[in-house]
Amino acid sequence: MDQALASRGRTVNVRSAQTGVWALLPGALSLAVLLTLMGGALAAIFSVAPPIRPMAILQDPYIGKVVRWQAILSATLSVGLALPVARALARRDQFPGRTLLVTFLGLPVVMPVIVAVLGLVAVYGKSGLINTWVAYLGGEITLPLYGLTGILMAHVFFNLPLAVRLLLPAWQTIPEESWKLASSLGLSSRLLLRLIEWPAVSPFLPGVCLIVFLLCFTSFAVVLTLGGGPASTTIEVAIYQSLRYDFDPAQAAMLALIQFVLCTSIALILIKWIPVLANSSGRRIDARHRPDLKNPIGRTVDITLILTTACFLFIPVLAVFTQGIRGPITSVISNPDLWWAVLRSLLIALGATATACGLALGLALSARFLRFSLRMHRVSEILILMGSLSLAIPAMIIGTGLFIVLLQAGALDRGTLLVICAVNALMILPYLIRSIAPTLMRSAQQYDQLCAQLGLRGWPRFRVVDWPAIRRPIGFSLGLGGALSFGDMGVAALFDTQGDTTLPVLLFHQMGAYRFDEASVTAVILMLLSVSLFWLIDRSIGR
Amino acid sequence: MMLPRLSHTWSFLSGVLLLIAAAASRADVPTLTVYTYSSFASDWGPGPLIEPAYEAHCGCDLKFVALEDGAALLGRLKLEGAGTSADVILGLDTSLTREAMDTGLLMPHDIDLQTIAFATPWNDPVFVPFDLGYFGFVYDSESVGTPPASLKELVDNPDSPPIIIQDPRTSTPGLGLLLWMRSVFGDEEMAAWARLSPRIVTVTKGWSEAYGLFLEGEAPMVLSYTTSPAYHRHVENTDRFKVAMFDEGHYQQVEVAARVTTSAQPERAQDFLRFMLSDAVQQLLPTTNWMLPAVRTNQALPEAFLEAELPMRVLSFTPDDVKMNRKEWIKRWLAAVER
Repeated sequence: MDQALASRGRTVNVRSAQTGVWALLPGALSLAVLLTLMGGALAAIFSVAPPIRPMAILQDPYIGKVVRWQAILSATLSVGLALPVARALARRDQFPGRTLLVTFLGLPVVMPVIVAVLGLVAVYGKSGLINTWVAYLGGEITLPLYGLTGILMAHVFFNLPLAVRLLLPAWQTIPEESWKLASSLGLSSRLLLRLIEWPAVSPFLPGVCLIVFLLCFTSFAVVLTLGGGPASTTIEVAIYQSLRYDFDPAQAAMLALIQFVLCTSIALILIKWIPVLANSSGRRIDARHRPDLKNPIGRTVDITLILTTACFLFIPVLAVFTQGIRGPITSVISNPDLWWAVLRSLLIALGATATACGLALGLALSARFLRFSLRMHRVSEILILMGSLSLAIPAMIIGTGLFIVLLQAGALDRGTLLVICAVNALMILPYLIRSIAPTLMRSAQQYDQLCAQLGLRGWPRFRVVDWPAIRRPIGFSLGLGGALSFGDMGVAALFDTQGDTTLPVLLFHQMGAYRFDEASVTAVILMLLSVSLFWLIDRSIGR
Repeated sequence: MMLPRLSHTWSFLSGVLLLIAAAASRADVPTLTVYTYSSFASDWGPGPLIEPAYEAHCGCDLKFVALEDGAALLGRLKLEGAGTSADVILGLDTSLTREAMDTGLLMPHDIDLQTIAFATPWNDPVFVPFDLGYFGFVYDSESVGTPPASLKELVDNPDSPPIIIQDPRTSTPGLGLLLWMRSVFGDEEMAAWARLSPRIVTVTKGWSEAYGLFLEGEAPMVLSYTTSPAYHRHVENTDRFKVAMFDEGHYQQVEVAARVTTSAQPERAQDFLRFMLSDAVQQLLPTTNWMLPAVRTNQALPEAFLEAELPMRVLSFTPDDVKMNRKEWIKRWLAAVER
């Protein structure tokens, strides 16, 4: 039996070797684009400022201190808490308002950092909700908002909903038959978790951990503001400082490289934990046959989890909303600049999402071919990993590098929008690749044999077999990517010229001009539009 | 199923792009390009008022290119080098001027400074000051009865109000406070920072974060400018926010403009610098840029600007001092406040 399977695998190999070049082309192209963008950016920076010795930087005690535990703690906490919440949401897939709740999980991650921090402060701050209530009851507490707790709280606020949403599709890969089988065997909730859910979720986990870790590792406005002081500095602050105030792009690029190497090493450790993909036939996705749905304890736990998460996430969001609704709405929305900014943000979001989608599909398709047809697991994993690591080089560095390229090409006027799209595409690529790749791999496991027998290859195969399988995760991650790049500020601010602002940049301008009321209205518009964009993309593609 | 939808999107997108491109091309008049920081050129800043005024004056097109802040502006100039399209840079402060000189991209203004009544002694051959301000601690009078009367009191009195400040590595006011502390405490500044440190609620990346947190009530006092209360009086009609005036004096920030060597129209650039010093522009600045005029005008300051909020003494380091010591002083600051 084993031998028969193996020999069949070999015939497939021989046949696919002929299509090998074509199957590897998309990945090679994507990789080339990726490396050209990242490498080109760094090379451009080094071309205007000669590189310095990395050892000199590492010996600087101040740089040595920036590598801290904050990111590991934040990521562990965010993903660790996201797992039970995602499970609760997967288990209760029918309750009223669930769709809305899941859609709104996308809100925190698109909130500009400063807006989110102000939202958190409105709840947990000195004059925040909690303190007001406690004072009303005659008590007084000081919540330790500044310091490690503040950093962790903000990072969980941003990343827990993101992790929940990235993990949730994992449950959708569990086929109905598994649940039916489990039902007839009368498996307990714990056994379900171990035998059915864990194998489905664990392939998603390293990727999600990596993304969240990278986000926490490179987060810097949060860490500075809520860290309470320079003690909790991240390497990004040093990069920002070198680039912005020390006028030392070479040092900044070198620091970015160090950060990249550091993140890559951590990613390579994570990759080891990626288990072999579980087998599943996955025809219909439905949790109704789960045997543990009626368990009262499980029910209580789920409801508590969902409610607590919703409160933790949405009270600060609500605080931002109420502030915005009380603001000068008419004067903000009657400003034509706002709508130009919206249009520009929209263009960037669509451009970035389309680019990232192409890159992610290219990488994932070729990685799949490498894995299943050529049996080159390691190479396949590294290809996927390359797509996840673009978060490790700060957008500011890539942006500056590409700016230099545009400058030297004399294409500053025409190329700006393109470059902003490209950098944003790199920033959202990890989300896309992490949700597309596991699904494509799974589809290969299920249908490779069948396709080989039918001689279905290339585009027809993609259209008939793969697309139906990946359209949901693609729709979801494209929606997420669109919303994220719609709310991006880092890159657009680099190229900022008058009249060409994006919505987040406009918000920042308002704050810089004491217009905090106007800014709170803009924040609400920004959040509503990003969520609608997510919803629209997700619905139109992922149906 | 997916394809037709995509192609619609693309045709829509390319249509929008064409429209934008069409809007961008302008009539054929000479353009003076001025690099500045974003809040100067934003809707609420002086930029939109200065632009039509100067265009009427010169019969040319004035184009502001807005960078994030003064440092980003200098960074852009450095990156572009001789290929820059800037004719004028506007909005560096004196902690950046030495660095800017070293680019070799700036040329003397050739304006006779004797004829201009600057509010601060001035004789720089390259930079022209257009406005100035002073760093100061703004407090909420509803929660602070009597603010500290000096920087020494703020540092030494354990009962003085908690403060929010900005990071000198990432923000101008943050660097301002560093220099302020340095000019008051000299070499003892590390010990002073250590004494102040327990009352620093947090250190933010930039001014907006700090001021936003202050307005949310996170701390009764925040590092800002002495002119901040004037904003609240002028625009919001409230007297709630005040600035603590310190006996030792306040650290001064002078914002300057300069001509770029590679400009094809140095005369027009010089003309623009003169225009910036004219009464018309100088009177605009207080209520748009929330800074004080660099030139004494015949007109009194707007009502919201109080005499009592002008510092009795002015503190500042020379640009050379700042350039030479900034990194070292920041390291000392880090060592002193890290906990």
